[in-house]
Amino acid sequence: MASTSTATTTVDATGFSSVDRRDFLKVCTLAFAAIGLPYEAAAKAAQAVAARKLKPSVIWLHFQECTGCTESLLRTSHPEVAELILDLISLDYCETLFAAAGHQAEAALQKAMKDNAGKYVLIIEGAIPTKEDGIYCQIGGRTAMQIARDCAEKAGAIISIGSCASWGGIPSADPNPTGATGAPTILQGKTVVTIPGCPANPYNLLGTVLQYVTFGTLPALDEKNRPKFAYGRTIHEQCPRRPHFDAGRFVQKFGDENARLGYCLYKMGCKGPATHANCSVQHFGEVPDAWPIGIGHPCFGCTEQSLAFRVALHTTVDIDRALPPATYPPIEAKQGHISPLATGVAGVIGGALVGAGIAASRRLGGPPPDKTTGAGKEA
Amino acid sequence: MSERAQPVGGPIFTRPVRFFTALFALGAILILWRLIVGLGVTTALSDGQPWGLWIAFDVVVGTALACGGYAVGLLVYILNRGRYHPLIRPAILTSALGYTIAGISVFLDLGKGWTIWKVPTYFWSWNLNSALLEVALCIMTYMFVLWVELSPAFLERLAEGPDSGVTRFARKALSVMDKALLWIMGLGLLLPTMHQSSLGSLMVLSGPKLHPLWWSPFLPLLFLISCIAMGYAAVVFESTLSTRFFGRKSETDMLAGLSGAMLPVLGAFLVLRLADLAWRGKLGLAFAFDRFALAFWVEGALVVLPLVLLAPKARRRDPGNIFRAAMAMMLAGAVYRFNTYLLAYRPYDDVHYFPSVTELMITVGLVSLEIVAYVTIVKIFPIISGAPQRAAAHT
Amino acid sequence: MQVNRRLVFKTLAAAGAAAVAKGTVEARTRPTAAPDAMGLLYDTTRCIGCKACVVACREANHTKPETSRYGMWDTPVDLDGDTKTVIKLYKAADGAQWSYFKAQCMHCVDPACTNACMLGALKKRPGEHGIVSYDPSKCVGCRYCQMACPFNIPKFEWTSNWAGISKCELCRHRVEGAALAKSGDFTRYPAGHGPGCAEVCPRQAVIYGTREELLAEARRRMAANPGRYVDKIYGEFDGGGTQCLYLSHVPFDKLRLPTLSTEPVPEVQQTIQHGIYQGFVAPIALYGLLTGVIWRNRKKAPSRDGEKGEPS
Repeated sequence: MASTSTATTTVDATGFSSVDRRDFLKVCTLAFAAIGLPYEAAAKAAQAVAARKLKPSVIWLHFQECTGCTESLLRTSHPEVAELILDLISLDYCETLFAAAGHQAEAALQKAMKDNAGKYVLIIEGAIPTKEDGIYCQIGGRTAMQIARDCAEKAGAIISIGSCASWGGIPSADPNPTGATGAPTILQGKTVVTIPGCPANPYNLLGTVLQYVTFGTLPALDEKNRPKFAYGRTIHEQCPRRPHFDAGRFVQKFGDENARLGYCLYKMGCKGPATHANCSVQHFGEVPDAWPIGIGHPCFGCTEQSLAFRVALHTTVDIDRALPPATYPPIEAKQGHISPLATGVAGVIGGALVGAGIAASRRLGGPPPDKTTGAGKEA
Repeated sequence: MSERAQPVGGPIFTRPVRFFTALFALGAILILWRLIVGLGVTTALSDGQPWGLWIAFDVVVGTALACGGYAVGLLVYILNRGRYHPLIRPAILTSALGYTIAGISVFLDLGKGWTIWKVPTYFWSWNLNSALLEVALCIMTYMFVLWVELSPAFLERLAEGPDSGVTRFARKALSVMDKALLWIMGLGLLLPTMHQSSLGSLMVLSGPKLHPLWWSPFLPLLFLISCIAMGYAAVVFESTLSTRFFGRKSETDMLAGLSGAMLPVLGAFLVLRLADLAWRGKLGLAFAFDRFALAFWVEGALVVLPLVLLAPKARRRDPGNIFRAAMAMMLAGAVYRFNTYLLAYRPYDDVHYFPSVTELMITVGLVSLEIVAYVTIVKIFPIISGAPQRAAAHT
Repeated sequence: MQVNRRLVFKTLAAAGAAAVAKGTVEARTRPTAAPDAMGLLYDTTRCIGCKACVVACREANHTKPETSRYGMWDTPVDLDGDTKTVIKLYKAADGAQWSYFKAQCMHCVDPACTNACMLGALKKRPGEHGIVSYDPSKCVGCRYCQMACPFNIPKFEWTSNWAGISKCELCRHRVEGAALAKSGDFTRYPAGHGPGCAEVCPRQAVIYGTREELLAEARRRMAANPGRYVDKIYGEFDGGGTQCLYLSHVPFDKLRLPTLSTEPVPEVQQTIQHGIYQGFVAPIALYGLLTGVIWRNRKKAPSRDGEKGEPS
């Protein structure tokens, strides 16, 4: 994998690379900066490593997933995955990266759970099927439900990585034949940090894990247990194309001139206004602008259960907190309009009144011929 | 032929009555709609023109036209012209109905019409600087006074016939009324003086937003004078139609006298209007080439027209001429009020207002109700005198 | 039969006497700004049109964004039943001259609206720094305040069937007992308790404080920047003075601020009304006169069929 790290590595006796303190500090600073922790945290992390308090056990379970979240983690560079799994954490169970398999792998899982009871970080990737007692995902004869509940028992922290593990993801799309759900639903009563996304931004996971391993605390979570540092704002609030939205400059058709100019994709169905995520400020694959809107496609709301795989890609979403645009009303306010129908009706009424008046006055005739006759005239 | 007031009699649901009842029914449906959806959808009013047809016509013009009772009352009770007495009851009936329609229009025009009861009862909250409060309280009181003044007509009808609890009550009430009539009549002359002039004061507050051809510190006096002319004209109008439709004795003599009395009133209005404009140096605006100048001249022409029609004494004996002059007077007063409340009010240069179809048809419906009520009451109760008793009338 | 014109004139005069100010009217004492009166100062040369004030006003007052036009944005074109402040743009026809303009209630020293309101729904309450406050429970929706206000500020809730008016109240509902304190040159509430617009403005284009402090600041800015501003603080004397003041680099009439005299707007009407109704003397006197004449005429018992009674 491409690496932009400047860490110098030396190969030690175990044959794996290790990192010196200065480079480690750099790595921690970068990683912590991504999640908004102060500079001093990096120093603390370095201290903790020195005191051998780091390298907590991490157990990574895979269920109904595409492995996309793991893959995106493999493409991080600060820290590089090698540094992460070799120097910062002890990845004690991970089917994707394990050399072991079968009974050997199972034994590793049980040992890790036993040795680190109450302290290990449980990361769940992929949805968990529930129909027919969850038989649609079984590993080693046990259903995903059983495995998840088992491992969650003694976990110090539980993290769902990706939309599938957070709320069901793509397997849960209609008609959801396997009854796929997210881990929080399966693990009722436990605090499960959710890091939705398809894939989730790996730095959101890294930030959460590193905070936990350094300080023993989880970042501030919202009502869906998503870390607020990553999911506290909508894409719309931090989008680089927002000035185009505010000024009313929209892409009308894929490939049109406005698309070439990088105008707002709202009319193409961008779910940015309703999607909580930090993709616009923390891109993917270590490449600037490597995110949907950056490459010219509207956001499809992959973190949100109500949008992703439910609302059509090109259906526009409502703006639930409308703000003023970049245009201004003129100083003169035009008030009221005149309805032509009303003038017509008024004309008819007026005409009728005038006509009746003239007719009545004609019928009244001239002055009475004689003052002494007082008989009522019924002309 | 009796000089006493008698019910006119005759069938009630004649064709004209059915026609106007249908118009009222349409208006009633629209009223219900307005009460459900609010003013924004049903009227053409806006923040640029908050007061429209219902205020300018139904209330301001309508109450001025309903000042027949006031005008004839001044003549009969103050100037002691007893021979006009037969005109009093019909005039008071017209006034009572007119003010009641105005009251309904206010209720419909208010944003929270159902809270209108707070205006007379929340005395601790009264803002005594508010000209509108004075208008509202005065009109509410006057409406009550009018129906009380009219009540002898209803009580007389109830008092007729064989002795019973109702007739005894009616007679007792009549004798109480007779004693109280002095104080009631005084109120019936004081209250319109107060609120018809205050309807002019209302627009004084809009000063900077009112076109200088209409804004004046003398608006109260101008409104009062024109209301007297409109009231008399309404009496002439109503009396002429009653003669025509109820076979009442022609009252050309009385009407000739009344019309003559209007000449100094109209003259006073004209003089005050022009003198005020000259004194404030705004007369030049009448010669600008805009719609305001045009409206000013139309208004003036309508005031001069009855003067021209009625100046020759001989012309005052022609019922058709009197009728046309009365219509011109009513129109003059109405146009003056429309101009002051609607045209001259310019908060911005860019305001457009013309009443919506709903506003127009609700007004038509309310006026129709007034006509139906008038005709029905006049047939059942002793309001009109000099009409053939229980004869087969036209309507 | 001739009606005696002299009598008609007499009657008119008696009626007219009740409609014209009498000579015994005392001069009306013109209200002046209270020493603790607070307001806003808006400077067109500092405003960048960011509309943070509009957004802050929506949040502070919980008013709904105006999305009926485009759905996507909050686009009020003017103050309305749910918008208490708005930023407008003035542009000269040739485009050479332009200015932003923030519209909101002027909180006049002697307001026309408080003069007009029947039950005092619009009122300056004691202890509220001269803010013109609104009490919906007293409002019947008559809209006389709209007819009265020379700045056309009160707006009506046209879309409702239980409609009152709406206007800026300088966020008096946020005070909640907080104490005023000096913040630099200005007396202010702690953050979150004063007017939302002034607290959020990133450029001090709209600021708040006492009227005296704001006038002093306006004069300071004019003195420090000769030639930048039109030589007038709008609201210092206009219409009797307002508590919300304006400094501008373009003529005020271009911003649709009306040209008013220094006379408070309600003065003429109040003089007339008080002249007529002071102590209710004139109406009672007139009532006495009228009932007296009626009584005397009834005693003479004029006949009802043609003869006239002799008036005095």
